[in-house]
Amino acid sequence: MSLHGDWLDIGPVDQLPALGARTLPVRGGEEIAIFHTANGQVYALVNKCPHKQGPLSQGIVHDTTVTCPLHNWRISLITGKALGGDEGCVPVIPVKIDGGRILIKRAEALASVG
Amino acid sequence: MACIAGGAASLDAVRSTCKASASCGSCTGLVENLLALTIGDDYAGERDNKPMCKCTSFTHEDARRNIIGKSLKAIPQVMQELHWTTPDGCASCRPALNYYLLSAWPGEFVDDNQSRFVNERMHANIQKDGTYSVVPRMWGGVTNPTELRAIADVSEKYEARLIKVTGGQRIDIFGIKKEDLPAVWADLNAAGMVSGHAYAKALRTVKTCVGSEWCRFGTQDSTGLGIKTERMTWGSFMPHKFKIAVSGCPRNCAEATIKDFGIICVDSGYELSVGGNGGIHLRGTDALCRVDTEQEALDYCAAFIQLYREEARYLDRTAPWVERVGMEYIKSRIVEDEAGREALRVRFLYSQSFMQDDPWEKRAAGEDYKLHQHLAEIRPLVAA
Repeated sequence: MSLHGDWLDIGPVDQLPALGARTLPVRGGEEIAIFHTANGQVYALVNKCPHKQGPLSQGIVHDTTVTCPLHNWRISLITGKALGGDEGCVPVIPVKIDGGRILIKRAEALASVG
Repeated sequence: MACIAGGAASLDAVRSTCKASASCGSCTGLVENLLALTIGDDYAGERDNKPMCKCTSFTHEDARRNIIGKSLKAIPQVMQELHWTTPDGCASCRPALNYYLLSAWPGEFVDDNQSRFVNERMHANIQKDGTYSVVPRMWGGVTNPTELRAIADVSEKYEARLIKVTGGQRIDIFGIKKEDLPAVWADLNAAGMVSGHAYAKALRTVKTCVGSEWCRFGTQDSTGLGIKTERMTWGSFMPHKFKIAVSGCPRNCAEATIKDFGIICVDSGYELSVGGNGGIHLRGTDALCRVDTEQEALDYCAAFIQLYREEARYLDRTAPWVERVGMEYIKSRIVEDEAGREALRVRFLYSQSFMQDDPWEKRAAGEDYKLHQHLAEIRPLVAA
């Protein structure tokens, strides 16, 4: 893991399964889920559904949405907000791909560290 | 009522507005009655055979027919050919399509792990805290000291927080982290145990009583028949979970009359019954027929399972499916049509020839490690 200005390099993008997610624990803070959509975009959310704290990383990813594995809440990967009739929001962490590497914004990734 | 008065005029609208009928679904009938009462003649009712989900106008039956008719063998192909309206479906249609492909082309379909629910993808049962529980198979509910020792050892080694005997006569190990699952499975494999598929829309358990080998009332070897049944059926994915039980006499200690397929041993043979369920709507099985031999009991079981696999909609348990198609139909296919029954049995065993690999063994050997290991870990620098 290395630092590129405000961004942390967390690994090559080919380590993310298509239409899937992997986890990024933050020591002393909230675990982050890194999502990979069908068209190759990456997104990052705190790995906790706003409903009952289900691990969103284990949900089914479709378009820019993840369906929580515990009770099927649908969460937007773009805004972190619950969709449909549900209300709640999970923090979004800025993430991007640069030269085949996944970069995550350092300050936001560490925001939950007490 | 308030949400119907506020304009929610269909089951879907009620579900998304006030959540009624949106979880387990047991109040769906009540909500439909309320809709009819409140809206009156303007309530069109729900279509008997609805589209699979909001991604398509095709019904489950349409999709299946096309998968076979057009020789479709992968999800993206199905979505393209059938003009799905969403780029990659949703959490409702993708698991269904994956099952229909598996069922239609067991040796050729392209399995999509990302279209399986978390439990099937992880080969374990997710719990409310995000950890998993692990259930090794115990054939017919029979175990031995080696297996029990291995379960005790992995429970200590991986700090399981609960060891629970299940209703299906096996042992559930709770509180295992996703990163530890492959190592837990390797240890259980080493003691000769395989996945119990307690997490899958698949054959779960074959519950048995001790039968004629021990019990003074037993009429046949129900334990032995249960083990044979489980050896034949394990690993078979289905529209929903599937439970079997074999009782050694009509006292029915294995509770065979609330299983998807029940066998009750009698002096003159084996009473077979189907479509039972001990869940939200308690339903006793309907009698299928009586057969003379163990082999016939196994053959009818395979044929019934295959009929269910080929014709029920994804997420239909056998109970609602049997009610929808009727026992007359089931009997006409399984009991009265000998050639048809044999063809179903052969198709089931063909499918099983691709399905009876232990998924734990592959994971323990490193397959799909990305599903278990973290991508990386962030360790903030701490001031000394």
